[in-house]
Amino acid sequence: MAEQVTIKEVLSEEDSQKRNKKYNDYVASVTPKHSWIVNLFWAFVIGGAICTLGQALINLYRYLGAGKEDAVLYQIITLVALSTIFTGLNLYPKLAKAAGAGTVVPITGFANSVASSAIEFQKEGQVFGIGCKIFTIAGPVILYGIFSSWIVGFLYWLYTLYFQ
Amino acid sequence: MAEQKMIGRQSVSFKNPPCILGRASVAGSKEGEGPLGSFFDYIEEDPKFGADTWEEAESNMQKKAAELALENAGYQPKDIRYMIAGDLLGQLIATSFGLMELKIPMFGVYGACSTMGESMSLASMLVEGGFADKILALTSSHFCGAEKEFRFPLQYGSQRPLAATWTVTGSGAVIIGKKPEKPEKSEKQKKEETAAKKCNSNPYILIKGITTGKIVDFGVKDSMNMGACMAPAAADVIYQNLCDFNRNPNYYDKIFTGDLGYIGQRILLDILKERGYDISKQHMDCGIEIFCDETQDTHSGGSGCGCSAITLTGYILEKMHRREWKRILFVPTGALLSPVSFNEGGSVPGIAHAVILEAEDA
Repeated sequence: MAEQVTIKEVLSEEDSQKRNKKYNDYVASVTPKHSWIVNLFWAFVIGGAICTLGQALINLYRYLGAGKEDAVLYQIITLVALSTIFTGLNLYPKLAKAAGAGTVVPITGFANSVASSAIEFQKEGQVFGIGCKIFTIAGPVILYGIFSSWIVGFLYWLYTLYFQ
Repeated sequence: MAEQKMIGRQSVSFKNPPCILGRASVAGSKEGEGPLGSFFDYIEEDPKFGADTWEEAESNMQKKAAELALENAGYQPKDIRYMIAGDLLGQLIATSFGLMELKIPMFGVYGACSTMGESMSLASMLVEGGFADKILALTSSHFCGAEKEFRFPLQYGSQRPLAATWTVTGSGAVIIGKKPEKPEKSEKQKKEETAAKKCNSNPYILIKGITTGKIVDFGVKDSMNMGACMAPAAADVIYQNLCDFNRNPNYYDKIFTGDLGYIGQRILLDILKERGYDISKQHMDCGIEIFCDETQDTHSGGSGCGCSAITLTGYILEKMHRREWKRILFVPTGALLSPVSFNEGGSVPGIAHAVILEAEDA
């Protein structure tokens, strides 16, 4: 919690760096924020619903005779497809408005970020539009996801050298 | 000795104030549904304005505003000496593609959301200086184009903070020129006319002076709280205007800022009060007026070049025409950031330009 700063203190500060710091504190004290309890609640409910749907899909594919790993893959494909369709119908942003992290964290959030970029930039062409910009939001997730799995793999390899 | 037009540190006082000869406001459907909807000249239901891309849509919108302003004033493009225009998109593409067919000599300007104030300031100086007789000053912004340029793709799911503003889809244009000269008339005719004018005809709206703003940076980096980024700049230029002209805020019926929103308004009033001026009675903000947060879910208010431009051309000037307001200080506010400066960790400096508008009988 930023301490209460009055505008008088901001304006009477002569050092510009200190003034900027004080002004930022003052701004924080006059800026309303979303209620984190409400945010938490909807993230839990909607994020939880998406995950429950995922589990239901796994059970369904298992019931239809798919193996355990195949059922999980089919489930991911279905969720990604659903998210992409919802994005195209402009429904996913409406859901995300309430859910916040509840719609960003599951795989559907990833699909939304890719599909929304593809829609937005398609007018700029197949190569420079969709091609270059489809991962503008998802790009960091892919890059650092692969990079961190590489590090974990390397550590695991070191572990196997000495302990097995 | 030459007439002294420079006043104080940052202002100009016009001896022969230029006049607003024509105006037009073109708005999107969300703006049309807002509290000021009935004031706009033209409301387009199609967010793409008949075009294929958001950028082209904004160009069409700006062209429409220019054409409407010419039509309302009864001029042809050839009657206009210069255009001074700008928008929010990179390298002003909405302006250049939208206005090229008019074939009017043009100055492109960038003042972020303060562009309307900047273009009107330059236009009135050129007119008063005798360098042009009629100038078209206009600007525009489009919600979808601005989201694409500065934030996320439209369909991307994210939560907008409460401090965020909603970019207005709209374009406002004014034609600034010399005040029309009265034809010679007999005393009797004059008397009759004055009596008739008092109840019937519209007053002239003159640009009496301007105060040009400095870039003011209080180190706020949150581009989702632009009101806080711009409020110090707005306070600075309003303060300077009052000092330069040696005026009390009561001189103005209203002081209109561009797009500070609720948070920026609070900060502006705080700063000016601390510096000795209480403008809480006069202050209004175009961003607050243009949307209804409760029903339209816009959060802190409207923003964008179009916000102050269509509020001026649709609402403020209309109120002045109806003689409800006589003296207005119009202060569009701009946040000088780019997606690159933001990514590189830069702060968001603000700027604001003040234009003094006064209604006077002919």
